[in-house]
Amino acid sequence: MKTPRVEEARQRRETPRVEEARQRRLETPTPQQAGFETLAPRPARRARTALWAVVLGAALVASVVAAVTIGPAGLAPADVVASVLAHLGIGDPTLSPLRDGIVWELRMPRVLTAAAVGAGLALCGAVMQALTRNPLADPYLLGLSSGASVGAVVVIVLGVGLLLPVAAFAGALAALIATLALAGAAGRGSTRGSAGALSPTRTVLAGLAVSAMFGAITSLVIFWSATGDSYREILNWLLGSLAGTDWVSVAIAGGALVAIGIPLIASARTLDAFAFGDAAASALGVHVGRSRVLLLGGTALLTGALVAVSGSIGFVGLILPHGVRLLVGSRHRALLPLSALAGALFLVWADTAARTLFDPRELPVGIITALVGGPVFALLLMRRRVS
Amino acid sequence: MTDGLDLSRVRFSRTGRLVVDDVDVTVPAGSLGALIGPNGAGKSTLLHLIAGIQRADAGALAFAGEDLAALRRRDRARRIALAEQETHDAPELRVEEVVALGRTPHLGPWSGLGARDHAVVAESLAALGLESLATREYSTLSGGERQRVNLARALAQEPDLLLLDEPTNHLDVRAQLTSLELLRALAQSGRTVLAALHDLGLAAAYADHVIVLDGGRVVASGAPAEVLEPGLIRGVWGVEAEVLAHPSTGRPLIAYSGVAAPLAPQVALEAPLDARP
Repeated sequence: MKTPRVEEARQRRETPRVEEARQRRLETPTPQQAGFETLAPRPARRARTALWAVVLGAALVASVVAAVTIGPAGLAPADVVASVLAHLGIGDPTLSPLRDGIVWELRMPRVLTAAAVGAGLALCGAVMQALTRNPLADPYLLGLSSGASVGAVVVIVLGVGLLLPVAAFAGALAALIATLALAGAAGRGSTRGSAGALSPTRTVLAGLAVSAMFGAITSLVIFWSATGDSYREILNWLLGSLAGTDWVSVAIAGGALVAIGIPLIASARTLDAFAFGDAAASALGVHVGRSRVLLLGGTALLTGALVAVSGSIGFVGLILPHGVRLLVGSRHRALLPLSALAGALFLVWADTAARTLFDPRELPVGIITALVGGPVFALLLMRRRVS
Repeated sequence: MTDGLDLSRVRFSRTGRLVVDDVDVTVPAGSLGALIGPNGAGKSTLLHLIAGIQRADAGALAFAGEDLAALRRRDRARRIALAEQETHDAPELRVEEVVALGRTPHLGPWSGLGARDHAVVAESLAALGLESLATREYSTLSGGERQRVNLARALAQEPDLLLLDEPTNHLDVRAQLTSLELLRALAQSGRTVLAALHDLGLAAAYADHVIVLDGGRVVASGAPAEVLEPGLIRGVWGVEAEVLAHPSTGRPLIAYSGVAAPLAPQVALEAPLDARP
């Protein structure tokens, strides 16, 4: 039986809470109360993106100059600048022909190739992650890089009369189709009405199978030809290496980056629309099937051109977009260009480490990127399991 | 042909099964239509067909006298928005960025959000009382909050025809009524609204027009008071209910009294309690 005092205490306890809830309810605007007032646009995020673009861009330029100075023959940043200006026709050559050759013929093309390859791989990774709605997508993990390697090796080693980047593209495309078909076939019926949104884990497993297959074919083709140091050559294709790159490499990687990278960046809004899946993208006016084919085809083409000059360098496309997301969020208008800048910056330094750490011996640069990227990949896998 | 949504003899089959079967639907402009029916009746599919996510196999779909099949996808997205149920795999975007996705069909590939776009996004957030959540990460929101954000995203498309799939899922009572009052206000401002609803009570209380779908077919349609009667509710949902008049609004008030008696005794023994006979 409740005594009046207990009853009074209960009321005291509850009244303020009820009152508080009522107050809170009143403060939540109903549609009629909310009205359609105009809030000022929020420039904060855009300013942040611009700031990071400037920081990364400046860091990239400084890094290219710095990376060129690093190596067995000591050079000063001023030497690099002088050589570049002389070759651009501004100012007179002040360096000795030997030192100028080191800057202009050896190190500069290699550093620029590293920048173009890094930018392209990071861009491909970001685009693939959006289109497959899969945080683990990357040209290396999904087998595109190994497919492109097969194409490139067939041209270089067997001397098949095809343009190198075209063959690499064909290989990348074959690998992409194989991976997506395998992931789709393995998952048929288990995901309800979400074509295209393949399970990340299954896609990575399919990519692993395809990578292993194409990697074996690459090795086989090199062994078959058996000229010179085939082990080293196999390693360079499977792990990626920028040794021996020249201005032709810069033209292939840089040309592909401009020709395909710019349209990819221009499709940022389309990629944003995929955030809630295919149906939502379609309801926002996106041609889902056509966009996916064009954009994935573009990443295969770009990957092909990059792998043709560098072999399959892993994890750049995986880790850089995730890092950039932490800085500026997931909107692709910011994510894509900044990922490209960050990828360029990352690979310039990874390659500098690859060629100087064990000087005079060179590491394939893919070892460095895998040393950094492997743990990040593991972290992403674990985070997915938790969520 | 009316000013609003006009579907006639629409058919759609998936994997050989007819999911939408000869459906005729009319929702006049300026009214709130409720699409009701049991699970699997084809409500979501019908909304997808209207939004152009899937293409009908046969039949005519028109809005404001225009053939929807002839509209370009982008033009269609400027006039028709679909707010779907919240999904489990949330993108890594802020609430305001999610709502800004609604501007997609209004923007070119290179153009950023302009002053007007920002204003529309702000209005859409305000209409659902989401201003305080604008900079929160979408993935950290509760189901009900996500539902409201999805609705705000659809509003940011500035559609003439607003489609909603279960807009009241995950919402508490007040939020459910708030959402439906918003939909009614939108309809009264001249837009056409069609919402798939599970709650017959909400449909009866707010809709101008109810369309009952069962097994892909329209079994009844009209004003709530005409359509929602005990025989129909028993036939379609398999539950016993009395339909009263609401003491203050006069709208139908549905009082359930239990699951309808099963037709065959073995069904009653084997099927779970909530199964339909």
